[in-house]
Amino acid sequence: MRRRGKARRGAILLAGLAFLASACGSGKPQNSLDPAGSYARKIDALFDPVFWIAVAVFVLVEGLMVVILVKFRHRPGNPVPRQVHGNKRLEIGWTLAPSLLLAGVAVFTIPVIFQLAAAPSGDVLRINVTGHQWWWEVRYPAQKIITANELHIPVGRKVRITLTSGDSGSAGRAVIHSFWVPRLAGKQDLEPAHTTHLLIQADAPGTYLGQCAEYCGLSHANMHLRVVAETAANFQTWVQREGQPARQPPADVLAIMTRADIGCNGCHAIKGVKDPTGSPFIGAVGPDLTHFGSRARFAGDTFDNTRQNLAAWLHDAPSLKPGVDMPSFVGKLSKQDIDALVAYLQGLK
Amino acid sequence: MATVTTEPRALLRSRILRRPTATTGIWSWVTTVDHKRIGILYGVTSFVFFLVGGLEAMLIRLQLARPNGTVVTAEAYNQIFTMHGLTMIFLVVMPLSAAFFNYMLPLMIGARDVAFPRLNAFSYWVFLFGGLFLYSSFLLGGAPSGGWFGYAPLSEQPAQHMHMYALGLIILGISSTVAAVNFAVTVINMRAPGMSLFRMPVFVWMTFVVSFLLIFALPVLTIGLVELFFDVTYGTHFFDVAGGGDPVLWQHFFWLFGHPEVYILVLPAMGIVSEILPVFARKPLFGYPVVVLSGIAIGFMGWGVWAHHMFVVGLGPVANSAFALSTMFIAVPTGVKIFNWLATLWGGDIRFRTPLLFALGFIAMFIIGGLSGVTHAVVPADYQQSDTYYIVAHFHYVLFGGSIFGLFAGIYYWWPKITGRMLSEAIGKVHFWLMLVGFNLTFGPMHILGLEGMPRRIYRYQPGLGFDFWNMVSTVGAFLIGTSVLLFLYNAVRSFRHGQVAGPDPWDARTLEWATTSPPPPHNFEEVPVVHALDDFWHRKYAEGVDGRLVPVVAGGANGDPTGNEGSGADAEAAVAPNESAGVDLRGGGEAALPPTVQGEDHDSGAYGDAHGGGGHGIHMPSPSYYPAIAALGLPILCYGLLYSSILVIDGALTLLVGLFGWATEPSAE
Amino acid sequence: MAADIRAVEHGAPTSTGLSNSKLGMWAFLGSECLLFGALISTFLLYRGKDVTGLTPQKVYDIPYTSVSSFVLLMSSLTMVLALAAIQRGDHGKLRVWLMATALLGMTFIAGQVYEFTVFVHEGMTIKTNVIASSFFTLTGFHGAHVTGGIIMLLSLFGMSLDGRLPVEKAEAVELVGLYWHFVDIVWIVIFTVVYLIPGR
Ligand code: HEA
Ligand code: HEA
Ligand code: HEC
Ligand code: CUA
Ligand SMILES: [Cu+2]
Repeated sequence: MRRRGKARRGAILLAGLAFLASACGSGKPQNSLDPAGSYARKIDALFDPVFWIAVAVFVLVEGLMVVILVKFRHRPGNPVPRQVHGNKRLEIGWTLAPSLLLAGVAVFTIPVIFQLAAAPSGDVLRINVTGHQWWWEVRYPAQKIITANELHIPVGRKVRITLTSGDSGSAGRAVIHSFWVPRLAGKQDLEPAHTTHLLIQADAPGTYLGQCAEYCGLSHANMHLRVVAETAANFQTWVQREGQPARQPPADVLAIMTRADIGCNGCHAIKGVKDPTGSPFIGAVGPDLTHFGSRARFAGDTFDNTRQNLAAWLHDAPSLKPGVDMPSFVGKLSKQDIDALVAYLQGLK
Repeated sequence: MATVTTEPRALLRSRILRRPTATTGIWSWVTTVDHKRIGILYGVTSFVFFLVGGLEAMLIRLQLARPNGTVVTAEAYNQIFTMHGLTMIFLVVMPLSAAFFNYMLPLMIGARDVAFPRLNAFSYWVFLFGGLFLYSSFLLGGAPSGGWFGYAPLSEQPAQHMHMYALGLIILGISSTVAAVNFAVTVINMRAPGMSLFRMPVFVWMTFVVSFLLIFALPVLTIGLVELFFDVTYGTHFFDVAGGGDPVLWQHFFWLFGHPEVYILVLPAMGIVSEILPVFARKPLFGYPVVVLSGIAIGFMGWGVWAHHMFVVGLGPVANSAFALSTMFIAVPTGVKIFNWLATLWGGDIRFRTPLLFALGFIAMFIIGGLSGVTHAVVPADYQQSDTYYIVAHFHYVLFGGSIFGLFAGIYYWWPKITGRMLSEAIGKVHFWLMLVGFNLTFGPMHILGLEGMPRRIYRYQPGLGFDFWNMVSTVGAFLIGTSVLLFLYNAVRSFRHGQVAGPDPWDARTLEWATTSPPPPHNFEEVPVVHALDDFWHRKYAEGVDGRLVPVVAGGANGDPTGNEGSGADAEAAVAPNESAGVDLRGGGEAALPPTVQGEDHDSGAYGDAHGGGGHGIHMPSPSYYPAIAALGLPILCYGLLYSSILVIDGALTLLVGLFGWATEPSAE
Repeated sequence: MAADIRAVEHGAPTSTGLSNSKLGMWAFLGSECLLFGALISTFLLYRGKDVTGLTPQKVYDIPYTSVSSFVLLMSSLTMVLALAAIQRGDHGKLRVWLMATALLGMTFIAGQVYEFTVFVHEGMTIKTNVIASSFFTLTGFHGAHVTGGIIMLLSLFGMSLDGRLPVEKAEAVELVGLYWHFVDIVWIVIFTVVYLIPGR
């Protein structure tokens, strides 16, 4: 119990020094004890007193035990202990006291459960998120935006996310994931063929990191996401840009992408781009790449969107992220091919 | 057995196998039906699995010591943590508890064996084969990797190898169900004269409660596993949304089993602690009926909390609130136990022997795990905590800090009874402190990690998330735990050669198992004891004066001075119990001693393995038998058959049937 | 099987006066209750689902199944008679009623096999949809239990022929009887839940 706090609870930490060494300032982008929005704060405001109650019970009970052990330790010449068999009144006491304490905790807990589940009123932004093995498909139904792994939200506005789980390419049936951005809200599972909901809201502009929290197979560890909170104006700009179709690929890049042994279009959508036969890029196995260049990271927010990383990804994705459905193109894509693809993809702002 | 000994000759002729006669060596162990030997088998086997599961934990910790660890691959990691969880729960804590049930239960209630000795052997062999079956998956394309609670639909993806999980756990479930039926009947029916229910030691009570939890919880899991297996193998749709199934049903099944299961894992340890504290405080358990009743209450309430594992599934605020309430209030009976234990220590004359240290470690650590459990019950807080290392911290505090510390307490406490020799107190104490420190270093930081955003079941984490430091600390801690376990192994090996001879009652204890020799003879007691009170054996040694002070019973075999200050067997390092208290007249306090029983009648070989020889007191013990092991062997064969070939199915079914037939037609003793 | 009847002492009474085997059988049946409870819950949960393909409700032949249910019920009666016979020491009658019980059970199983075959023929297999999966698993599990019972009955019959089922061993018949009645009662529940209560 006593090792559970974070910096502002650090006072009671035995391991104070070591703790400070690691906890200095930020550097903890997924810290649930550092809420950055109203929903996360609601949870923290509940957890905080519960935590202290637990600390108090801990200190009391363990303290009592230590006192007893010291006071009644065996010493030569001790008298024989009195053979006490019980005491009804005491026992009723320590049945009732915790019951009352817990009833108190319950009284504060249950309203919050309902508050967090209530559908919000007023100006709400709606986003649909579908979990795949192992990336997040993000859609803004009203704004007609499709993107991946990176949610943009306007500061201050309530956001209602509708969650579900989708098929995952060759792995077969959709599995359960859990959407979790600790500084903005608690987590919520994504169930196949069901929808669930989660409310988030951010007070200040910034990037809030999160991670899939329900074990979903081989690359569960590589299923991150980020929420970028922006001022209303910046958000509007983002919406504007995301709504645009993609920059057209140069002919050589298009040729590579649609080659029979490559076929990016079989899995990826790029709005506005068509293959030589005239059919649009509408693959749905992998993330929409229309504005790939604007995303900070890729592959479930796992790798920085740098030239090097992307080149390595296109070369041999499964070696970077175990189990991915995107095939290895070793021996199929030359270095030049890859460079051309990287240049094009990163230009998709 | 009069009927059996006059069995028609036809039976003898038609028997397929001759009655085993080995009294030593491997065959005597394979065929044994002696509850004490089976207990030892359970204990040794589960301890070996503990080392294996611990080795897996070490790999987990090595991989996570630094960000982007590369010690093992993602695939290997997922198999390892799944097998670690399964091993520790199904192959360590449950069977290690069963080891104590087996060895101690009959002794503590003054019985000569369990109700169904051969069934007992059967459950051991099924357990062993089930564990080996599960581990054989490593050789057969990969171990299960869907996590110990195997959530569908992930568990239905072929890459997770969960068919081995389903069949392995079904086999292990059969073992536990059979054992639970056996223990429940033993408690109901095999008690010594005068051993009424409320004179039974708390450990016996907890065994009893756990048996019922097993009897009712396991079939729910079994059906879930059957449905999972059918989905994977025969294309049914139980948890497949495409065919109309609902994956959440699996979660309900699993946790409807799973939550009673966690109390199955901890109640035996609580029973052990309840035995140990009074002995080393030299006071009776404070509020015995309340401790018993709270154990029963936990058993009942444990059925009403399962959905607290599903708070983030989205069951809705009403369901979440209801389960929050039930979960919070299950802390009440648990708290009652803690306070009664503290009151037991209060006013005692506390001797810090190793068993007591581990029992105290249990209390101290379990409180931490219990309190973090209560914070999960605060549903919105659990929205943050669920599936993070904070949960991992919670359950290691209750499972390791609780169950494992409790079981180690039991090992140190009963070792002299089982082996006849003491473990070294000095090494034991170092073991305890090293383990306590290592344990807190390992799992304490996980609270912080979880709250600071580290999900569980990730094979690597990225630098820059702030997880590096505490993970390293945790890994260091894990190696301290490992060292402490090695120390224990040394202590155990050392004890066989250099351990002091224990005598029947080295701790000056309270319950009947200490009334017989260490180790006890095959038939346990020369005379079946007659019980007059709770802690009957204690009252044979000491009487309570008017002021509640102890007075030794002169002829009672007490260790002399009731303070136990000198010459007491309780001082294990110094003196070996002078107490030849097998000689304590078990026929009961104060009455005239009966004449010694006539020796020599019906004297078989009298050797240990040939158990029915008894001590030559005309006591018929059940004879060893091949059939339980044969029948048990049928199960894994049958299961391999379901996976690989129908010929093996028939083979397995036949083996099982032959085993059962031989068993049914063979008299239990001759 | 599990008839280590008070093996450890010479006929010493048990603490409760009940025999170990009987208590053990009751505990085992308690466990079985939850086994079938879980299967029946599965079926109840899914029975109303909107699924594609045939469901049991569309292919049942209730009169046919009623007859086979009646057959199984009758077998409980013959089981009672078998027990009464051995308790009287009437080994001839014992064998008659044991065999009758087993035959009735086999008739029931034959009926179930036929029913399954018809369903599969009509296009409803265990793979069709989740309702069909639940149906086949539930009734199949029950069928397996009946089959196990038949094997036990035939074993008793064989032992009796061999002279290995003396009156003192009447309890073996009683235990098998307990099991048999339990399986019977479970069928009544299944029949009601699966066949009689209208679903989708
Ligand atoms: C030995 C096993 C064991 C035990 C005894 C417990 C005991 C408890 N557990 Fe735990 N639990 C597990 C093993 C166990 N648990 C495991 C293995 C998991 C994870 C499974 C997985 O996901 O892999 C889990 C997960 C788990 C969850 C799910 C979290 C999640 O996944 O989101 C929850 C939620 O409520 C929970 C709650 C509790 C509670 C309230 C208790 C209570 O019974 C604790 C009661 C005890 C005390 C409270 C301490 C002593 C009391 C006092 C000193 C009195 C005063 C106290 C107060 C007034 C508060 N546990
Ligand atoms: C009783 C149960 C129990 C016990 C005792 C332990 C013991 C340990 N556990 Fe485990 N653990 C679980 C039950 C248990 N665990 C469960 C149920 C899970 C969840 C699985 C899942 O998510 O599906 C889990 C998950 C789990 C995780 C999370 C994995 C993840 O989510 O990715 C971690 C991480 O550190 C961990 C660590 C440890 C460590 C370091 C120990 C240590 O205490 C181990 C101590 C070490 C030893 C006992 C080894 C001693 C031996 C040697 C040093 C070698 C000697 C060898 C020979 C002589 C041959 N455990
Ligand atoms: C068989 C399907 C498939 C093919 C073919 C395929 N991809 Fe992918 N791709 C995926 C999947 C699935 C992912 C998501 C992997 C993950 O993050 O887990 C992905 C991810 C990506 C990403 C990262 C997207 C993000 O924002 O996270 C890029 C960029 C990408 N692919 C480019 C390409 C290019 C270029 C090609 C052709 C040369 C290609 N892919 C071919 C399936 C495919
Ligand atoms: Cu998706 Cu874990
Ligand atoms: Cu639980």
